[in-house]
Amino acid sequence: MSLQTVSWPSTYGERARPRVGFFTDTSVCIGCKACEVACKEWNQIPMSIQGFTGHSYDNTVALGADTWRHVAFVEQRVAADAREEPDLVAVASRDGAIDAGLQTYQEGDGIRWLMASDVCKHCTHAACLEVCPTGALFRTEYGTVVVQEDVCNGCGYCVPACPFGVLDQRREDGRVWKCTLCYDRLKDDQEPACAQACPTNSIQFGELGELRTRAEHRLAELQQAGQERAQLYLADEEDGIGGAGAFFLLLDDPEVYGLPPDPVDTRRDLGEIWRAAGLAALGLAAVLAGAALGGRGD
Amino acid sequence: MTEDAVRSYHGQPVIKEPIWSWEIPCYFFAGGLAGSSAGLAWAAGLRGNHVLARRAWAAAQAGILVSPALLVSDLGRPDRFLNMLRMFKVTSPMSVGSWILSGSGAATTVAAANAWAGAFPRLSRAARPAAALLGLPLSTYTAALVANTAVPAWHEARRILPAVFGSGAALSAGAAAVAATPVEHAAPARRLALAGAALEVGLKKAMERRLGEIGEPYRSGPGARFGHLGEGLIGAGALLLAGRGGRSRAAAAAAGALMAGGALSARWSVFKAGFDSASDPRYVVGPQRAAIDRGERRGAARRRSRALAGEPAAGSPATVPAA
Repeated sequence: MSLQTVSWPSTYGERARPRVGFFTDTSVCIGCKACEVACKEWNQIPMSIQGFTGHSYDNTVALGADTWRHVAFVEQRVAADAREEPDLVAVASRDGAIDAGLQTYQEGDGIRWLMASDVCKHCTHAACLEVCPTGALFRTEYGTVVVQEDVCNGCGYCVPACPFGVLDQRREDGRVWKCTLCYDRLKDDQEPACAQACPTNSIQFGELGELRTRAEHRLAELQQAGQERAQLYLADEEDGIGGAGAFFLLLDDPEVYGLPPDPVDTRRDLGEIWRAAGLAALGLAAVLAGAALGGRGD
Repeated sequence: MTEDAVRSYHGQPVIKEPIWSWEIPCYFFAGGLAGSSAGLAWAAGLRGNHVLARRAWAAAQAGILVSPALLVSDLGRPDRFLNMLRMFKVTSPMSVGSWILSGSGAATTVAAANAWAGAFPRLSRAARPAAALLGLPLSTYTAALVANTAVPAWHEARRILPAVFGSGAALSAGAAAVAATPVEHAAPARRLALAGAALEVGLKKAMERRLGEIGEPYRSGPGARFGHLGEGLIGAGALLLAGRGGRSRAAAAAAGALMAGGALSARWSVFKAGFDSASDPRYVVGPQRAAIDRGERRGAARRRSRALAGEPAAGSPATVPAA
């Protein structure tokens, strides 16, 4: 299991710290949004008023410049066989789901409720960091990805480069902002505010290798409890971003939570892109030469 | 799960739309105009066509003056524009482009000053080819820049988009020179404009076709409207130029204006299509899920645990020792 990134730990030498991250176990998320509040409070993020969306209990809508934690709420009709039994808690506990700590069934209303707290993934191969022309985005000694607010000039390149739509510009300020994985708290050996505030330990902070081991056991546990759609998301270095510093245990496919099923760091195709740009430049030279030099006596 | 039943989170976008505003597609046009005009100017000068060369240098100079102004104006923090030259990063086409634009700006300014005022006679001998050479990547790197994002309509077009932008740059340079140059000296510019027009329209069409479903934002909505407008302007201008552009100065000027407008509109078409492509989860999730279903990609999610087979999974996860 490789946790290495392009610049971590190599550029830090002896000052490198263990790579840390989040394991977000959505099966125990209760949608309290304490993580959203704690994040806003600690990082002094401006208020963001979104109004009433009608999307279940989610009025935060999405991650952005002023939202570094976002709790998603998904309401799903329970499976057809569940209708035969009136008590949905009984349905849920039939396969041992309750024993496994699953809290996703609402008694009596025929709805399975999925909740998940989303955050910047702190990718192993971070497109935002690669495309940033000023070096404002950098890899910390903890292996996390942080924007330096005194360097960012608001060029906006990272915004469409991120395959998760995490970064955005704060309009009144011009710069882009995102989760820092509480870089300031890490330096004081504190865990990030969201993880500390989470009452069910759905957000677990720790050393990435240890978190991954924990997550594998939790996935096995849920699979044994009959949660066939339970899946680990961004926990592998073979995926399109080389694995994430913040990864998730989901109870359905990623897109149901607004997450891309196959995110890819655009850097992987950059060789092809530069080759195409170079060939196009050569083609342009040929066209220019042909037009300027090709005529007869003009 | 079929492709036409893409699951999403309340229909919300998965990736963010770019935050770039009107300055950016205008810069795509101005940068391409400047870069290719420098190439045309140098080549025309080598052939001894100094009437055309001087006008092409002027077009290059105009484009290269407008470009940084557009780019700085689009920044969230315009006062920090110099941070663009804080480092040179080959992984960031925007960083590479900033250096190309800087070098091209300096070389073009020297060459244009020499062409019009006779300034820098020695320096301009090196500046002319330098401006012409730097003008080539200046005309195509902007396509690499937008292709190097997560936006499907741009990223999936990465192999052909630079050729589309390069063709548009040739068209723009030809059109500007045709409009500004007496017809008896403008034959190379006419050839350039017509070749650029044919390549731009043909390659962009091919790109849109090849993209399949991902190309839909080019075929409907604002991307399509700017695309059709561009084709119309380019087509009308090309007909006029081919028909009367060699005899009538007025016809040549009108044709040049139409074709330049068409090239600008084509840049807007690509720009707008990217926004639509980013804002609709169908274009982002759909192809990703389809590739996973076809077995071409494994995706980022996994249902099989790597915890040791046969090992009891019960117990507090927190007590599991680190590997």
